[in-house]
Amino acid sequence: MSEPEESWWDVEAGPIVRSFARTGGRTRPSRDEFNLITLIVATNPDPARPGLEPEHVAILRMCAGSPLSVAEISARLDMTVTVTKVLLGDLLDTGAIQTRAPIALAEAPDIQLLQAVLDGIRRL
Amino acid sequence: MAFAGFERHPGSGGLPTAVKILIAGGFGAGKTTMVGSVSEISPLRTEEVITRTSEGVDDLSGVEGKTTTTVAMDFGRITISRDLVLYLFGTPGQDRFWFMWDELALGALGAIVLADTRRLEDCFPAVDYFEHRGTSFVVAVNRFHGTCDYDADEVRHALDLDPRVPVVMCDARSRDSSKLALITLLEHTMANRMSASR
Repeated sequence: MSEPEESWWDVEAGPIVRSFARTGGRTRPSRDEFNLITLIVATNPDPARPGLEPEHVAILRMCAGSPLSVAEISARLDMTVTVTKVLLGDLLDTGAIQTRAPIALAEAPDIQLLQAVLDGIRRL
Repeated sequence: MAFAGFERHPGSGGLPTAVKILIAGGFGAGKTTMVGSVSEISPLRTEEVITRTSEGVDDLSGVEGKTTTTVAMDFGRITISRDLVLYLFGTPGQDRFWFMWDELALGALGAIVLADTRRLEDCFPAVDYFEHRGTSFVVAVNRFHGTCDYDADEVRHALDLDPRVPVVMCDARSRDSSKLALITLLEHTMANRMSASR
């Protein structure tokens, strides 16, 4: 009888390849939903969901109150933008987050939007 | 109300709209300093891995195929209103690979190219990049070192800028000075938009 193969590492050892271990080796999000400044908010303040990695829970916690951009989440997780997008894709698939994509990125910004930003900067 | 225009873009679930402006320039030109001088948060750092084809691009002769480079950038945030958030991204200065990061410039309202007159040539790649992409930009000459060897016209000439591109003198450490650079950029972008729609 052969013994079942046993690895010298286990869950306790933590990820071996840190970032992409968290995404199951995936390097692309499941959809092109996310941009650097896509805003994310958790739909449910209670992150107790089965099957979530600690990073998923961390994202839900940081986005529980006010929305954060993909860039901010990436900075706070200390993970690359791509890895962050993969994790966010998981959360979007389960309905745990809501997103707001920037206005039509390919088009030139409209005058009203520019005026609103300009007014805001002047008020600072 | 100045934000009346946003009623046409109702947010999903009441989330605000986010926009971005890029702060570019050579290494040490003061990009992160400028971001920090107007941001409501301490500048944060995010990273991305850029994949590019190395053939004919660099000196690794005989090595072809894909090369990955990690680029880091610092950014800040300004909450304009309940409905509108502005992010300021300082493009990575030390390397040229951020040009490969298409997403960075995509949809930007515009860019400020910070110039250090001691190393004016450092901002050539950023000027070329924004000209090539058609991204609205202004040049801000950072005088935080106290040097003012050149005036705006000399900088414009040295960078071979389109006469319509504004050149402003600034101190990236100063909130008011950085605000002025942002205001100049937005006014320039609006003028471009209006002349384009005529």
